[in-house]
Amino acid sequence: MFSAMLGEAWHAMGANRLRTFLTMLGMVIGVGAVVLMMAIGQGAEASVKRSISAMGSNLFVVLSGPPNVAGARSATGNAPSLNVKDANAIAELDGVAGVAPVTMGKAQIVFGSNNWNTDILGTTPSYLDVRSWYLSSGYAFADSDIRSATRVALIGKTVAQNIFGDDIDPLGKTIRIKQSPFVVLGVLDSKGQSLDGRDQDDTIIVPLTTAQRKLFGNQLPGSVRQIIVQAESDKAMAMTEEGINGLLNQRHNIREGADSDFSVRNLTAIANSAAETTRTMSLLLGAIASVSLLVGGIGIMNIMLVSVTERTREIGIRMAIGARQRDILMQFLLEAIVISIVGCLIGIGIGVGGAVLVSIFTKTEVIVSTNSVLIAFSVAASIGVFFGFYPARKAAKLNPIEALRYQ
Amino acid sequence: MQKNNIEAKTVIQVSNLYKDYQTAAGPFPVLKDVNLRIENGDYVAIMGPSGSGKSTFMNILGCLDKPTKGKYVLDGHAVATMEENAVAGVRNKTIGFVFQGFNLLARSSLLDNVALPLVYSGIEKPERHKRAKVLLEKVGLGKHINSRPNQISGGQQQRVAIARALVNNPRLILADEPTGNLDSVTSEEIMALFGELNQEGITIVLVTHETDIAEHAKRQVRFLDGKIVQDTLTNSHSLNEVL
Ligand SMILES: Nc1ncnc2c1ncn2[C@@H]1O[C@H](COP(=O)(O)OP(=O)(O)O)[C@@H](O)[C@H]1O
Ligand SMILES: [Mg+2]
Repeated sequence: MFSAMLGEAWHAMGANRLRTFLTMLGMVIGVGAVVLMMAIGQGAEASVKRSISAMGSNLFVVLSGPPNVAGARSATGNAPSLNVKDANAIAELDGVAGVAPVTMGKAQIVFGSNNWNTDILGTTPSYLDVRSWYLSSGYAFADSDIRSATRVALIGKTVAQNIFGDDIDPLGKTIRIKQSPFVVLGVLDSKGQSLDGRDQDDTIIVPLTTAQRKLFGNQLPGSVRQIIVQAESDKAMAMTEEGINGLLNQRHNIREGADSDFSVRNLTAIANSAAETTRTMSLLLGAIASVSLLVGGIGIMNIMLVSVTERTREIGIRMAIGARQRDILMQFLLEAIVISIVGCLIGIGIGVGGAVLVSIFTKTEVIVSTNSVLIAFSVAASIGVFFGFYPARKAAKLNPIEALRYQ
Repeated sequence: MQKNNIEAKTVIQVSNLYKDYQTAAGPFPVLKDVNLRIENGDYVAIMGPSGSGKSTFMNILGCLDKPTKGKYVLDGHAVATMEENAVAGVRNKTIGFVFQGFNLLARSSLLDNVALPLVYSGIEKPERHKRAKVLLEKVGLGKHINSRPNQISGGQQQRVAIARALVNNPRLILADEPTGNLDSVTSEEIMALFGELNQEGITIVLVTHETDIAEHAKRQVRFLDGKIVQDTLTNSHSLNEVL
């Protein structure tokens, strides 16, 4: 009985292909949009999560320069207000697990005939600890390298790829940074993208003193652009932030109420709010896409109502030869469900295909989860039932004599 | 069709039946105190001028409509008190309908058209097709089972409709002007088919306003203005006025 009705539904759909196709199109677009938007949203969430866990935990960054001109500060070249002594003092504070002063700049590097322009980070060995950054080969430089400002370098994966290629082992090789020779001590593990979308593997780390004296030779000896501070625990974050502010205000002779010449940023909080933002964005994308599902459902209802009117006589005939009300109800309901499910399957195909194309052409991460497909599928099926029910009931409630007389 | 013999002897028993249509101008009486009994194996032609209430009466006999007042017992069941699903079951199994306009499903093959009532009796597809095929052969359309209704003539369509009416082995065939859309030669063929079916024991009630068609029936009932005014046996010509 059921299979016979399914056959009938299929048959009825085939009877007016163009109309069935157009009705289905609403569903196809709706489901496709939901699947695609969820894939993009979940991909964004996943890549943010990965950036966060790659960043290291419980981190602050102390930036030199007043807090209100944040973005423009480092580019203008005014002398950094922080120095290594500040970093050493912060390390003594309660609740601080590690401190790494950092100075940075861009430089051209050369190996053989290969050129590459990359970020150079001058810092201390503790930088790798606070960032939880490991070496995939070789070893890190030590405090002795800081003292004697040796020309050694740790290179990121992207840098290694671009100047050494696959065949040459970078360890022990000499590269030139701003013309001076540096020996490659180690290759850094891959960190992937940072929250702001930079490739963190496109980096070279050198001893802080080497960077200061031999690469970027700056005005005030010992000054740094930023200090990375790791708190001992999540709970120690607030106390640590207060401690840093108090300590630096005192060291920099900044009176209460006056503008400070540094700013403390809670990287963990920024990361969490970035994660929150992507989550909201992916929800919003899903919600917008769902509206098209709803529109698709209304399209189905519309066509089913037309179909019931057109087939009034057929309904009368069926009733006269023994169809019960629930048989007629099932027939039209099934038709609506079949249309929405077939549309949904096509939509899933298109959504997944679209997601693959997006990931190929924009190089952003997309994730098609089984969950999102299941959700789209069950929502589409429910829409079929919901919007198909009213027309089907209308058909089932027809008076057989009037239906038979209908021209 | 042997099974009919062991069932109730009276197929239709209508007593003091009234039917009013509700119109904007109030109730409009169409059937006024109709009484009729039809025995098993009978063959009745209902006649009368247009508008005299024949179709209304047939719709009530076919359980497509309910009387305003009065009693209708079909095959031992008081139809008025039956619930909707049971009535659908009666339409499916006890009655076979034949309409003036054939009323076949245009999109379905002849085989599917004939098999359709069996879908609603919950019979599986192979059996449905087997029985439909037998009946299409019986009405002389065994070669056209995969055609569509619009590919065959009106007479052939009416044969398909009769095959469909027969597919569930009904006791009773109700036909409202089955030859109304057919030429006289084709009409004769259809009437011959009804005659055969009646020979096999099926009770037949048909509406017509052509006397030569009515001559095929064993009994002729005449309606006038919502009342039965005449009830005669065709062959014996014995008058049996019900005035
Ligand atoms: N649904 C209806 N509503 C109101 N009046 C109707 C309806 N159906 C039929 N009638 C009227 O009832 C009368 C009998 O109709 P009908 O039974 O079709 O007659 P017949 O079949 O004998 O020509 C006619 O006057 C017709 O106009
Ligand atoms: Mg009539």
